[in-house]
Amino acid sequence: MKPEAFAGSAALPSPSRRTFIGAGLAAGGALLLGFRMRSADAAGEAAASPFAPDAFVRMDRSGTVTLIIPQVEMGQGTYTSLSMILAEELDVDWNAVKVDHAPPSDALYGNPTFKEQMTGNSNSIRAFWMPLRKTAATARAMLVAAAAKRWKVDPSTCTTGDSQVLHAASNRKLAYGDLLADASHVEAPKDPPLKAVADFKLIGKPLKRLDTPDKTDGKAMYGIDAMPQGLKFATLRACPVFGGKVGHVDDSRARQVPGVRQIVVLDDLVAVVGDHMWAAKQGLDTLDVTWNEGEHANVTTEAVWRKIRAASEKDGLVAKSEGDFAKGIGEGEKMDAAYEMPFLAHATMEPLNCTAHVKPDSCEVWVGSQVLARAQKACAKITGLPLEKVVVHNHLLGGGFGRRLETDYVEKAVRIAQKVDGPVKVVYTREEDIRQDIYRPVYRDVMSASLANGRVVAWKHRVTGSSIMARFLPPLFEMTKHIDIDGVDSAVDVPYDIPNLRIEFMRDEPPGVPTGFWRGVGPNNNVFAVESFIDELAKKIGKDPVEFRRGMLGKNPRLLAAVNLAAEKSGWGSPLPARVGRGICAQGAFASFIATVIEAEVGDDGGVKLRRVVCAVDTGIPVNPDTIVAQLQGGLVFGLSAALWGEITLDKGRVQQGNFNDYRVLRIDEVPNIEVHVIPSGEAPGGIGETGTTAGPPALRNAIYAATGIALRRMPVDRALLARKTS
Amino acid sequence: MRKKRSSLGRRLGLLVLIVAIVGIGVLAYYGTRPGAFAFAGGNRVPLDQYPQGQPTGIPADFRETDPIARGRYLADAADCRSCHTTDGGAAFAGGRPFKLPFGTLYTTNITPDKTTGIGGLSDAQFIDAVRNGIGPRGGRLYPAMPYASYAYMTDADVLAIKAYLFSLAPVEKKRPENTLKFPYDQRWLMAIWSGLFKPGEVFKPVADKSPEWNRGAYLVEAMAHCGDCHTPRNQLQALNNAKKFAGGEAEGWVAYNITSDKASGVGGWSDAELAQYLSTGHAQGRGTGSGPMGEAIALSFSKMTASDIRAMVAYLRTVPAIATPELPAPKDAPAPADPKQGVVVASADLRGQHVFAGACAGCHGWTGTSPLSSRATLTGTRAINDPSAKNVAQIVLGGSRHPEPGAGLEMPSFGAAYTNDEIAAVANYVTGRFGAQASAITAADVQKMREMQ
Amino acid sequence: MITLNVNDQGHDVDVPPDMPLLWVLRDVLAMTGTKFGCGIAQCGACTVHLDGTPVRSCLLPVGSIGARKITTIEGVGATPTGAKVQKAWLDLEVIQCGYCQSGQIMSAAALLATKPKPDDADIDAAMAGNICRCGTYVRIREAIKKAAEAA
Ligand code: FES
Ligand code: FES
Repeated sequence: MKPEAFAGSAALPSPSRRTFIGAGLAAGGALLLGFRMRSADAAGEAAASPFAPDAFVRMDRSGTVTLIIPQVEMGQGTYTSLSMILAEELDVDWNAVKVDHAPPSDALYGNPTFKEQMTGNSNSIRAFWMPLRKTAATARAMLVAAAAKRWKVDPSTCTTGDSQVLHAASNRKLAYGDLLADASHVEAPKDPPLKAVADFKLIGKPLKRLDTPDKTDGKAMYGIDAMPQGLKFATLRACPVFGGKVGHVDDSRARQVPGVRQIVVLDDLVAVVGDHMWAAKQGLDTLDVTWNEGEHANVTTEAVWRKIRAASEKDGLVAKSEGDFAKGIGEGEKMDAAYEMPFLAHATMEPLNCTAHVKPDSCEVWVGSQVLARAQKACAKITGLPLEKVVVHNHLLGGGFGRRLETDYVEKAVRIAQKVDGPVKVVYTREEDIRQDIYRPVYRDVMSASLANGRVVAWKHRVTGSSIMARFLPPLFEMTKHIDIDGVDSAVDVPYDIPNLRIEFMRDEPPGVPTGFWRGVGPNNNVFAVESFIDELAKKIGKDPVEFRRGMLGKNPRLLAAVNLAAEKSGWGSPLPARVGRGICAQGAFASFIATVIEAEVGDDGGVKLRRVVCAVDTGIPVNPDTIVAQLQGGLVFGLSAALWGEITLDKGRVQQGNFNDYRVLRIDEVPNIEVHVIPSGEAPGGIGETGTTAGPPALRNAIYAATGIALRRMPVDRALLARKTS
Repeated sequence: MRKKRSSLGRRLGLLVLIVAIVGIGVLAYYGTRPGAFAFAGGNRVPLDQYPQGQPTGIPADFRETDPIARGRYLADAADCRSCHTTDGGAAFAGGRPFKLPFGTLYTTNITPDKTTGIGGLSDAQFIDAVRNGIGPRGGRLYPAMPYASYAYMTDADVLAIKAYLFSLAPVEKKRPENTLKFPYDQRWLMAIWSGLFKPGEVFKPVADKSPEWNRGAYLVEAMAHCGDCHTPRNQLQALNNAKKFAGGEAEGWVAYNITSDKASGVGGWSDAELAQYLSTGHAQGRGTGSGPMGEAIALSFSKMTASDIRAMVAYLRTVPAIATPELPAPKDAPAPADPKQGVVVASADLRGQHVFAGACAGCHGWTGTSPLSSRATLTGTRAINDPSAKNVAQIVLGGSRHPEPGAGLEMPSFGAAYTNDEIAAVANYVTGRFGAQASAITAADVQKMREMQ
Repeated sequence: MITLNVNDQGHDVDVPPDMPLLWVLRDVLAMTGTKFGCGIAQCGACTVHLDGTPVRSCLLPVGSIGARKITTIEGVGATPTGAKVQKAWLDLEVIQCGYCQSGQIMSAAALLATKPKPDDADIDAAMAGNICRCGTYVRIREAIKKAAEAA
């Protein structure tokens, strides 16, 4: 393929490959490298438009390599891991690597899986693994070709390392920085050689993260830290009943609060703008608002559950059918169970916020978002401005967990900013953050199975719940014929070898409650149901839970190995005191194979104390093993907080929780040591960011089952049920 | 009356007793019972014969002249709003539930709505309801409505309140039916109770006391009805004024001793501290009003003028000191800053310390002296030095609001996310660490409090 | 006008005395390292030092500070324990999203200043008020111990 100058020349169509790679020289002589999505519908557009001066790699003469990271950093370490992949194939000096946020552009920085610029579903490494390697390998080949040409030697006799091309035979070397101009004229090779796994120097090492030093001294900039010139501060309250509107506003007291500058009243929300958040917050607290609550004013948690329970008893759409379930279910000992999962809030540590400056002819936004290009489009739509007039500055995210896959908070900020002269930073109070979340939906999983010869011979799993995909990616939802592929993730691919299988999806939308992705997404629900049911089935036939699983993992050696390792490291089977139990969870979600053993103690009052957590993970080639350990530790804590206490409830249409006093999360003194054992592997890397969250609740639930014999079928843990009756 | 929710239960229980033992014993008892002013002695004279000014009505330092505003002042002083408003509901529209062991009572809508409110009441009917506990159709009101205190009010003041209420926008809101079981649903029984325990006469000033004292007496007895919570009740559930203001209870909270006893009452407080407490809900080193008292401060005392607050303090000071033996003198010394020093807890209740470390220490500090605000200081407060730990547990369960919205520091409620055991454990931990005597409240006690909420 | 001493620098600010220090730091002085997480002293993200003692700035009225010295995450590196904690945090790669970590580091630095060799119970008591939604607790504990070793 011919190289493409980023500024000016037209890109060549490349119908044979899904992505194509381009390189060129930028002003100042920096080399730019990138690849572009070539999805069917984007192809024409991409071919017609010139390459923008953005890319994944910018190399300058001094040797500094700046990697522009398409995925956003929200703590999962993606800036470092993706950089490691690029730096590895490029063979650059790791110490000279810098990272930068990518600006919004689906075309340039779209996630190859989702076809848009999106960070989620634990797929950054999975999606970018090959594209980034190929991009970097292309660049490396071009640099080598440039050097070889200068030296008049065969490129295959040259090697690379630490940002240099080397020719061992003549003991010559050239720094990449000196080859940039030449390299930009080299034709990009079609299939540049990729490094062999054995030759990796960076990948597989626990390298230090690039984003963390600035996070130790207050320098790191999150969305909430944006401080454009002339900034005002605002906080908002939307109608506490979903879908409700503002009725009447009495702002006489709010206007008297020192520092309050403006009261913004929109159709569905009010906001107070002031010189600082304190003025805005006090103003909001003294604002008298009556709401037209609308049709959801009487929604209660009970009503939501009545509705979904009824729906879950009907047949759903068949997502997968193997063997003959109807026959199989008649063949052994039969068992039924239903598992229920509550609404959950995200409660990212950084409350929702967005800073916006809307002018007649442009709009500028400062935000942390998992969907930058969506955010940009949303702003353009609200303001009526063309896309190129909307500048979105991305920031570090103080937690995403799926909440920042939504653009509602950006939209609200921009709508407020439309009424304000100059830039305004809209910061949610924690209460607003929790009460105006887009919640992990309630789910009900109805399970049936039959057992014969110590194995499951038939298995039915009906997932009932909201379809997030229907709202989030409607074309995909249509393509999958209204089966929510996230909703059935980890249900359709149940890891056990079961001959007769039937997996169904039944859509049921909770009245008025907005639902969205939450760390662990679909597998969160399904792994819980599968692993809880497996434990109950094992008990029914008197088998040890680990033994029972092993017997059905013959065709899943990676997961079997993880189960064996976790069992060994946790001392599975060794005696424990009364009211203490071990529980296991085995999962293959996000293309990672993970077994988790939790040891927990159940107090007489039903309180549950975590004693120990052991995790074994095969996530393929571990790009940065330390990040993998960290993500599992953190993900487990996130999931276990939810399992122990997480539940959003509604009364009179209002969310009843508001802050960490009533939406409780684990604290340091409640978290035991979490051991993570990374299994070496040469397979393609899997996802990791959400796996711990998925693993925690079932492992804990099974530990409680072992400790008390009580089969919890709902989350969060019902302490009253576990309390030892004193009489 | 939320303030008297639980004592009401007992008062209604009393009715059964009365029916059973109607007779001389009761009347004899009634005859010897000291009245609210018995302690003061002196010559009580009709209002028009008190030469030194007017103890009733509006204080001189209340500046607004609009009659409606003056009525509002009195309605605030009598704290009508708190009981006649539901959480988040329209003011005065009633419907606030009072859960009792034998059913639920709902307060009435006192907005001027013609059908669901009091819009149809004549002046005489309104006076009869407020002062005599007699409804417009002759039915008896439950003594949850403190008409035994309001009976001391002048007709002029009652009608000023009426004028204020009738100036409000009518809110159409039907009162839910009370769900009292027999015999508690027999309203006529209340006539007996009120015959026995209602004073029947308008406030009479004491001739040889100062106008300030007499004004204070009127406010405390007729309006604020402090005794309803702070005076203990006898076996017949009437106020036992022999132990006036020596401490009672309200909705599962302890209403502390407010006599001038140094150790267990407010004898150690300066006048300024008392005044500050009443008007702002907080006095440094003494405590912060929460629960029913917090509500009374927010909706009533904080709206009163400085002269009225002073008058109430002056009156309170003359109530004889009575010791409450179970209440030790508050410990004033802060706890050690090192979490490991100070109280030593049994390992089973390490939970209390854990809850404290996570949820409480940030605001209250390990010494008990808040690093943030004296409002959050625990050291020296009555509740922390109450070995029943009832109020501590109540505050942990339900939080404590600042009287002014948005004015800052409020204690969040922990009842939703923490178990009874955890709440009991942390209550026992803080009384032990910061108070004079550790408490031993149990999860079952906390459960009872939840059921009353 | 209120005069504050932040990280050994004087600042005059014209704000109401009941305004919490957090918002003075972030919105008036543009020192955004100190974070807002809950506003009710439940999460610890806003922790600063007042004369070396950790305090939740989200509820600390700025008018109550007086002459006491304020140390924030931007200045804690100049204190001996602060520098040690920052280093241990990087050595053990504690941080994920990092949003809670200003507060975690401030709490840990204050702990080490009073307890140079904290045990687990000391760490529990000093750090339980700091929430981390990313769940970095295991490493926080290790890093405090490591910082304590680096005497
Ligand atoms: S913001 Fe201050 S403790 Fe959470
Ligand atoms: S590192 Fe993200 S909240 Fe702690």
